[in-house]
Amino acid sequence: MNPMIQGIITIIVGVGGCIGYFYFSNLILDKVIFPAKGEKAGDNIRRATQVRPWLFLMPAIFALSLYLVYPVIGSFLRSLYNRDGDEFIGLGNYLALLEAEEFRTAFTNNLLWVIVVPAMATAFGLLAAQLTDRLSWGNIAKSLIFMPMAISFVGASLIWKFVYAVDGDIGLINALRMGIFGADPVDVLQIPFWNNFFLMVILVWIQTGFAMVILSAALRGIPEETIEAAVIDGANPLQIFFQIKVPQIMGTIVVVWTTITILVLKVFDIVYTMTGGNFGTEILPSYMMSFMFRDDGRATAVAFVIMLVVLPVMIWNIVQARREMR
Amino acid sequence: MATLSLRNLVKAYGTTEVLHSINLDVAEGEFIVLVGPSGCGKSTTLRMVAGLEEVTSGEIEIAGRIVNNLEPKDRDIAMVFQNYAIYPHMSVRKNIGFGLRTSKMPKPDKEARIDEVAAILGMTDLLNRRPAQLSGGQRQRVAIGRAMVRDPAVFLFDEPLSNLDAQLRTQMRLEIKKLHQRVGSTIVFVTHDQVEAMTMADRIVIMKDGHIQQVGTPQDVYQTPANMFVAQFIGAPSMNMLPGTVRDGRLNIASMTDIAFPFTAVDGYDITMGIRPDDLRIGGEGTPLFEATVSVLEPLGSETLVYADIGGHEVIARASGRTPPALGDRVTLVANPEEIHFFDTNTGEALR
Repeated sequence: MNPMIQGIITIIVGVGGCIGYFYFSNLILDKVIFPAKGEKAGDNIRRATQVRPWLFLMPAIFALSLYLVYPVIGSFLRSLYNRDGDEFIGLGNYLALLEAEEFRTAFTNNLLWVIVVPAMATAFGLLAAQLTDRLSWGNIAKSLIFMPMAISFVGASLIWKFVYAVDGDIGLINALRMGIFGADPVDVLQIPFWNNFFLMVILVWIQTGFAMVILSAALRGIPEETIEAAVIDGANPLQIFFQIKVPQIMGTIVVVWTTITILVLKVFDIVYTMTGGNFGTEILPSYMMSFMFRDDGRATAVAFVIMLVVLPVMIWNIVQARREMR
Repeated sequence: MATLSLRNLVKAYGTTEVLHSINLDVAEGEFIVLVGPSGCGKSTTLRMVAGLEEVTSGEIEIAGRIVNNLEPKDRDIAMVFQNYAIYPHMSVRKNIGFGLRTSKMPKPDKEARIDEVAAILGMTDLLNRRPAQLSGGQRQRVAIGRAMVRDPAVFLFDEPLSNLDAQLRTQMRLEIKKLHQRVGSTIVFVTHDQVEAMTMADRIVIMKDGHIQQVGTPQDVYQTPANMFVAQFIGAPSMNMLPGTVRDGRLNIASMTDIAFPFTAVDGYDITMGIRPDDLRIGGEGTPLFEATVSVLEPLGSETLVYADIGGHEVIARASGRTPPALGDRVTLVANPEEIHFFDTNTGEALR
């Protein structure tokens, strides 16, 4: 069949199915189960109103259970089995993880990522938001800073591969070293420990734009009068920024921070593309990928560890975001 | 000696001049109210005094110093904003104390000063609260406290009462007036509400389109308005205005009434007669002015406002609350000759 026609049919069936579902389920609710007539008309209308939200939520709940809740439980169960999935070994996979040197490296590296990347991205974003607001060409600067957000992690990594290239004619860092000190090129991605930070720079570069956009909106939401009052009270620009502006957008800062934190815990592409997890740059997601399809028990165990780490940050994020919306 | 002097003060945005050569002297301890419709330049004037807007030309002198080029904090002023502008993340104590942060006063003295101000404003037990836990009136008091703590030469109030509900506004009006009487500081207060201006001011400055229309005590501007704008802006309901023409030393209004015109004027000159609703009565003593038909009645309890039609012009008169006329009645409107104002219709200026 012509893929075009196939697509159109899919759209018609999908959209039609949705409309049909909502129309007929409401029809059945109103006419058959709780008809708005007879002796109990009032009661029936009230009950129908109570049930109706669930009718609308049903498709979402169904999809979420199928694609989120089931995989979580399924992964947890799978993580209790051996590499072939035919023998129950309890917490064996988790114990093996604790003993593995590489897991500990990945875990500490991940911790570094979680501390450094959100902090730097938020700080640079805040700085960019504040500075671009005062410039005539601020909007151009903003678009430039935001641009990396549109690049995939792999694409960004490839760009930074050029920056870090071990060649004074290509790599920016080595060009500078050569130009200023006349030094031989080095591979910064192989410098133990510090290479982690060179990888983090990429994610900071990408996420600063996100932080800037959200924080810039928040900064504009601060009542102008509080700033003018602070000016009259004799505060200098730095004091106004740190004592008047930042505290008033603290809620937004926390939301941005935690959102980036959650993202950091999922990033695997950058490490995978840049170093493949070599030279001590392994992080949990890339460590997990190294087991995927070879030892699913071990891989799901790592996945579960990541989930446990993300969960509290995520809860805090949602709580803060809700508070912001009020 | 003047605490605050504005000399030929001009503000322009680009080529548009919004404030035209304002001159004003405010005496020490005086309560001055700038009043006018929105866009008249009253807030701009205040913000220029505060140092939040740049001066295009002219001089601002505060306590004997030209402050044109001084930072707001060095001008010896404090300002209370319309939306309170209290810092939401700080306790009341910190809010009030924020202005003292840069002063060289030792810490115990600062604390004592905050306590003193809080005591004057009656909010000692609110000092540790957050702004979110305060009512509108309390927030306004915090804003005033923040201004008071610095003990400035001039207090600037930018429509501080317009965000409060009617009852609270009346209450705060009284409180600010009492505070002024107790503290005796110089206050420049901006409002668009002529009632606020009348009730609080020592002197009122009425502004329109960037010009000062009249400066005077509340009695002055009410009893001897300088022009038609002031006459209609001050007092509620607004002064009745009836255009007419001079003929043989008498003023002919709406081609039906003519009354003695106390000024000399050439025949055919256009004159507007102004008379306050309060001074225009139904029957009783005074010179009978018009015969009119009652079109609307507004009972206010103690009195009734009577809307009547005089040859196509609607006027408002006052009748007693006990024996108001009926709708559609033919009534005689009377007034004392000395309560009638005359204006040159073409220039709007009052004739004296």
